[in-house]
Amino acid sequence: MTATHAARDTATMLRRNLRHMQRYPGVPLMMVFLPVMFLLLFVYVFGATLGNGLGHGLGGRGVYVNYVSPAIILLTVASSATATAVGVASDMTEGIIDRFRTMAIWRPSVLAGHVLGSMIQTLLAVAVVIGVALLAGFRPTAGAAGWLATAGFLAMITLALTWLGVALGVVAKTVGTASNTPMFLLLLVFLGSGFVPTASMAGGLRQFATYQPFTAFTDTVRDLLTSGPIGDHAAVSAAWCAGIAVTGYIWAMARYNRGPAAAPGQ
Amino acid sequence: MSNPTDQPAGVPGDAGPFAPRLGTAHRRGPEHSSVTSAAPGRAALAVEARGVRKSFGDQVVLDGIDLDVVEGSVFALLGPNGSGKTTTVRILSTLLAADSGVIRVAGHEMVREADLVRAAIGVTGQFSAVDKLLTGQENLMMMADLAHLSRADGRRRAAELLGRFDLSEAAGKMAATYSGGMSRRLDLAMTLVGAPRIVFLDEPTTGLDPRGRHVMWQIIRGLAADGVTILLTTQDLEEADQLADRVAVLDHGALVAEGSPALLKARIPGGHIRLQFTDPQGLETAARLLTSAGRDDETLCLQVPGDGSVPALRALLDQLDQHAIDIESLSIHTPDLDDVFFAVTGHPTASEDTQR
Repeated sequence: MTATHAARDTATMLRRNLRHMQRYPGVPLMMVFLPVMFLLLFVYVFGATLGNGLGHGLGGRGVYVNYVSPAIILLTVASSATATAVGVASDMTEGIIDRFRTMAIWRPSVLAGHVLGSMIQTLLAVAVVIGVALLAGFRPTAGAAGWLATAGFLAMITLALTWLGVALGVVAKTVGTASNTPMFLLLLVFLGSGFVPTASMAGGLRQFATYQPFTAFTDTVRDLLTSGPIGDHAAVSAAWCAGIAVTGYIWAMARYNRGPAAAPGQ
Repeated sequence: MSNPTDQPAGVPGDAGPFAPRLGTAHRRGPEHSSVTSAAPGRAALAVEARGVRKSFGDQVVLDGIDLDVVEGSVFALLGPNGSGKTTTVRILSTLLAADSGVIRVAGHEMVREADLVRAAIGVTGQFSAVDKLLTGQENLMMMADLAHLSRADGRRRAAELLGRFDLSEAAGKMAATYSGGMSRRLDLAMTLVGAPRIVFLDEPTTGLDPRGRHVMWQIIRGLAADGVTILLTTQDLEEADQLADRVAVLDHGALVAEGSPALLKARIPGGHIRLQFTDPQGLETAARLLTSAGRDDETLCLQVPGDGSVPALRALLDQLDQHAIDIESLSIHTPDLDDVFFAVTGHPTASEDTQR
C-alpha cells in the first residue's frame, strides 16, 4: 500500500464525511448550540455575580465574559469527541463498514477520514462560537500571532480528542452509547479552571481540578488570547494531547481491525 | 411413502407445476457446462478451503468444511438460517478469521495475503452496505475512488453500472429514498465498480419481491456470463437450482451434500405423478390397474412413478379413461432441492416451517 493510496483513500473518506455533515447538519448545529447556550447562561445569568467573585466585588459581567469564553471554546472542542464517536458508531453499526473492510484500501483511512472531517467541523464550530462570544463582550487582546497559535493549539486538542472519540465510537455497540460515553469530557471542562478558579473548589476536588488536562488546556487558551505569559500549561497540554491521541489511535485501530466479535445471525 | 415435499411441483417458487426448469439454459458456455465432472485441482480454483472451523464461544458454527469453487462458475451454498452460510462468506471475504483451516481465494493465502484477496473479491452482504446519505452516483464514485480508478474512468464506470442496474433516473437521489430492490441493486453495483473476479453474495434476494428477485437473478446470470466467479448463499432451493453450477448443502456447520443440481437430484428417488380421486371406488380401481403406484387411502391419492413427460401423462390419462375412472386432480412432482435437503439431512429445511 503506497503513501499515495493512503492519502487518496483518506481524502475519499473525508469527502464522504463532509457530505454527511452537509446532508445531515444536526451534529454540527448541536456543536454550536450547546456552547452558545452555556455562554449565554453563564454571562447573562450568573456572569455579574461570578465576575464580582473573581474581581473582589468589582469585576462584574465584563470580567466574567473574558474569564469564561476560553472554557466555552473548550466545551466546543470537547464536544468534537461526541460528534466523532456518533459518526464512527453509525458507520460501525451499518453494513457499509463491512464493505470497506473487504476492500484493498488503506485500512486506517475510514477512521482517519472521520478524524479530519471532525477537525474541520470542530474548527468551524469554534469560529462561530468565538464570534458569538465577541458579540457577548469577549475582548481578547491577542494579535495575529496569538490567534494563529490559539488555532494551532485548539487543532492539537481536537486531534487528540477526535481520536479518543473514534475509539469510543468503535467500541460502542450502539449509536446511543457512543453519544453518551464522551460526555465526561464536557464535565471535565466544568471540573477545571474553566468557570471558576480551581483554588476556590473543595479539597479533594481541587486536587483533581488542578491536575486534570482541561485545566491546562483552559489556562493555555487564556494565556494565548489575553497575551498573558505562556506558562508551562502549554507543555503540559501538549503532553496530555500526545498521550490521549496515541491511546485513542491504538485503541481504535486495535478494535477496528479485530472486527465484530460475532457475525450477526451467522 | 410420505415425502414431506409431496405437493404440486412448484413448491419453492411461483412457477407452476409445468414450468420448465430454465436454470441450465442460462448456465455457462460449453467450456464450463461440465464443471461437475472436473475434479478439484484440475480446473483453476477461485476458492479453495480445507477444514475450516469457527466457533463463537462454545457454539460451533463451522465444523470443518471444505470448499472448491471453480473459476468462472456459480457456486451456491444452500442451507437454513443458522447453518453457517454467512459465517462462511465472512471468513472467505476476510471479515472474520477462521479458528483453523487453510483457505486460498483467487490463489492467495487468506491470512498472509489478505490485501491481495481483497483486491480480487467483491462482497455484497445481507445487510445494506450503501451510504444512505449519498446519492447513487456519489456512492458509485466513492467506490471508484477507493478502487483507485481515474476520475474519468470512475465516471464512465458509474454511468455504465447505473444504466445496467436500471438506476440512471435515481442516480442523483439520496440512497435513503431508494426502495428495497433499488438499494439492493445499488449495493451490488457498488461491489462491481472495481470489476472483481470473484463475487460473494450473501442471500442476494432475501426480502425482495418476486419481480425484484427475478431482476437480481438476471443480473447474476449476466455476471456469470461475463466469467465472474460467484459464490452465493441462499435459503431458497429454487434459487440455487436456477443459478448455480454447483450446490453445497450446509447444515449445522457441516457440508452434507455437494454437486450439480442435476447430480443432487439424481441422489433422490425420481419424480411421480400424484392422482387424487373423488371416491374410494375410483382409488380402488386405479390402484389395481397401476400396480407400481404408492397408495394413500386417507387422502384418496395414488403416486404413480414417472417423469411427468407429456407422452407418459397421455398414456396414463388414456389408461384411466378406458376404465372410466374419474380423477379429482393431478399434479406432477419433479424432484427438487427440497427433496435433496430432506434426503441428505433427514429433516426439512427451515424455509418450510417458517413463513418467508
